[in-house]
Amino acid sequence: MTDTTKKTPVLSVENLTTSFKTPEGWKAVIRNISLHVDAGETVAIVGESGSGKSVTALSTMRLLPAGRSRTEGRILLDGTDLLKASEAEMRKVRGGSIGMIFQEPMTSLNPVFTIGNQIAEALVLHRGLSWSQAEVETVRLMERVRIPAAKARLHEYPHKFSGGMRQRVMIAMALACRPKLLIADEPTTALDVTIQAEILHLLRELQREENMGVLFITHDMGVVAEIADRTVVMFRGDMVETGKTDEIFAAPTATYTKSLLASIPRLGTMGSAVAPKRFPEVDASTGTATDGREMNPVASTVAPILKVDNLAVRFDLPNGRVHAVEDVSFDLRPGETLSLVGESGCGKSTTGRAIIRLLNPSAGSIVIDGQDVTKAGTRELRTMRRTSQMIFQDPFASLNPRITVGSAIAEPILAHGLMGRKDAKARVAELLEQVGLSAAMADRHPHEFSGGQRQRISIARALALNPKFIVADEAVSALDVSVKAQVSNLLLDLQEKRGLAYLFISHDMAVVERMSHRVAVMFLGEIVEIGPRAAIFDNPQHAYTQRLISAVPIPDPSRRGQTPPPLTEEIKSPVRPFDYVAPKRSYREVSPGHFVQDVA
Amino acid sequence: MARIAQALLKRLGGMAIVLALVVTVVFIIVRVTPGDPAAVMLGSDATPADIAQLREKMGLDAPLLLQYGQFVLGILQGDLGQSIFLNQPVTTALAARAEPTFFLTLFSILIAVAIALPVGILSAVKRGTIFDQIVVTLTMVAASVPSFWLGLILIQVFAVGQGWFPASGYGGPETPFLERLHHLVLPAVALGVVNSALITRFTRAAMLDVLGDDYVRTARAKGAGEGRVILKHALKNAMIPIITVIGLSIAMLVAGAVVTETVFGLPGVGNLVVSAVLRRDYPVIQGALLVVAAIYVLINFIVDMLYILVDPRVRL
Repeated sequence: MTDTTKKTPVLSVENLTTSFKTPEGWKAVIRNISLHVDAGETVAIVGESGSGKSVTALSTMRLLPAGRSRTEGRILLDGTDLLKASEAEMRKVRGGSIGMIFQEPMTSLNPVFTIGNQIAEALVLHRGLSWSQAEVETVRLMERVRIPAAKARLHEYPHKFSGGMRQRVMIAMALACRPKLLIADEPTTALDVTIQAEILHLLRELQREENMGVLFITHDMGVVAEIADRTVVMFRGDMVETGKTDEIFAAPTATYTKSLLASIPRLGTMGSAVAPKRFPEVDASTGTATDGREMNPVASTVAPILKVDNLAVRFDLPNGRVHAVEDVSFDLRPGETLSLVGESGCGKSTTGRAIIRLLNPSAGSIVIDGQDVTKAGTRELRTMRRTSQMIFQDPFASLNPRITVGSAIAEPILAHGLMGRKDAKARVAELLEQVGLSAAMADRHPHEFSGGQRQRISIARALALNPKFIVADEAVSALDVSVKAQVSNLLLDLQEKRGLAYLFISHDMAVVERMSHRVAVMFLGEIVEIGPRAAIFDNPQHAYTQRLISAVPIPDPSRRGQTPPPLTEEIKSPVRPFDYVAPKRSYREVSPGHFVQDVA
Repeated sequence: MARIAQALLKRLGGMAIVLALVVTVVFIIVRVTPGDPAAVMLGSDATPADIAQLREKMGLDAPLLLQYGQFVLGILQGDLGQSIFLNQPVTTALAARAEPTFFLTLFSILIAVAIALPVGILSAVKRGTIFDQIVVTLTMVAASVPSFWLGLILIQVFAVGQGWFPASGYGGPETPFLERLHHLVLPAVALGVVNSALITRFTRAAMLDVLGDDYVRTARAKGAGEGRVILKHALKNAMIPIITVIGLSIAMLVAGAVVTETVFGLPGVGNLVVSAVLRRDYPVIQGALLVVAAIYVLINFIVDMLYILVDPRVRL
């Protein structure tokens, strides 16, 4: 193609500024954003939460509430300014010339309409098809996004679909009218890595077939490296850098981009380390990073603080029994981190909850500090809860908004009658300092804190009883990269100082590699592979472990497309008939401490 | 379809159990009420022989279990006993009074829903505007107004003042049907307005809740117009709490018939209950209690069934 055919971009955004109405007047949340997307091209907008990347997308579609927001600048779609278009014209654009998919596949589909109806609606609205014509076309679209048994699933409701399949439905809906531009707002963030790889692969294929422009919004530099031709980096409402993706990765110019790239957890940065390594410390003013130091090794001779044997957790549904956890055994020593990894629904969180006895195990034994707590009664459980604590994923939902953080942290101390109110207050101050907050913050309420700070508060609360081990369920998953590194480092420091043991539940392989002494990989309720961290990451034996590690996007554009095309299949269900008895699995030892489940 | 049939059967089974409990409780209440029903009914100057005779007539002299058995057996055969004062079977007495109660409830709820749904939806869509604030204030006022007070005002203005509607009564079977219904206009408006307040508030809250949901944004991103977004995508999701509160309102209307029918002088079931209580006509009280309880259970059953129709995720 020569320069004479130089096309006008599909989308061209010029000096876009969007303001929200606040009690103090209009406040700009994005300022002077300019970008363009050509046909067949993928442009990524990357940034942390609050950077304004979603607002940019919603402004483009004019989907922000009219009275409470104001958008200035120009948004040219094929040369037409969308900011000057009437509402009726915009309706033709939305779902017609621009398709959009969102982050949350679980909530983005309407639960009370069939998926066929929801996809067909776009066709009826824009292409004037009758509902029966639209249905035929819908089946074709569902097949295009590789939904198995499309025709049979047409009349099913969203709750019968997995997250990955729902995102395929969203894509089918967005592409129904063959838009020139697809805006994808964090479309894979809520998905497991293997599913993410499938969806990214599908999007790339469809883009090639349709020669569509894609504006891809994400916080994940790995995904950016994987798919974007060009990248726009945003920080607190400003565009700080834009350019070709490989150039930005190779030679970032803005300080913020440098520090963002420096703080991404990457696979394969452990070198010869045996123990976990702290995350790189990033100097925000220069964007340079110093690699974190390796933590002190753990004595392998001490007795385990936690010993789990043949644990099983099963739930009964009307149509069968869920084998959420089946025959899981492992132990955990003081000062050690064992990570449980696997996809959603693999039973890793259920395992953690059963150990803390938030759930009752169906079989097996859990021995904490020499005491079997499997059948512990109310009183024994109280004592046990002093030894073991839990940190949850969502720092916004796991703190009660009505009580001050000080009372939240003091509550376990008072509930266990360990101290009087006065001493507890001093203890709260001490704990807040330990997690990197100030003692004066005790009187504030959770809404006054950021996500990272709230997670620190959750950690302080978990530490209040001086536990010996902590179940950290996706404790850093919801945090932005820079904050994620800080909170992970805090966990590592606390571990070294107090000899804490962690059961670290996570789907984020790069963080797991950094944090763990040992790793257990779970699939469909069973451990398929367990061993020292280096053995699992450098020498994965089980096919599933290999798939999991290779699906992690690599934040390096030069290595794009090296991962094999993923398989399209729904995760198998752990729901079995009531008379199903889980087969006894056998494991072979590959190297000392590294066990792999034998193929049945 | 099989799932719905199964759920239906399960609910019907549950309904039967609740009704059995209601029957038992009603039976016990009449037995544990202080005083001998027969003696109370006959007054202070009745002779022991009179009382014994009435007791025998009412079956009160038989062993409790036998009485219970006969009571249940009677109900199963559609026999609620014999009214002592009206000299007719309780079922006949109830049936004769059912019409005004039925139509009053029906019209009241129709008026309430006709006001509440559009106002509630509009109020949610226009949240924070003057309209919304007026709706919020008015519904608060309307919810705290007793329906009989509003009824009296309406009678004062439109019946006594303008003479457009009758002030009370209903008319016997010989009165033309439409004229009978004419009597119901003022009471139905009073009840409808008062009941609309609660339903409006629920509709508004439910709509506000769903309008912020992701799938509503998806619908807009698809190019659906506001009308479609609100009436199709949002409203169907908001229907569950709305259906619940409509069901509750109907149940309260039926139970509240005792007050309303007295104020408006309507010869309905509520009126029958009041006079039965005054005359200690136990079989009638007992029968009316059973019927009202059965209606309550039936409404709840219908509401549950509507849940299934509205929300495919509901499993019973």
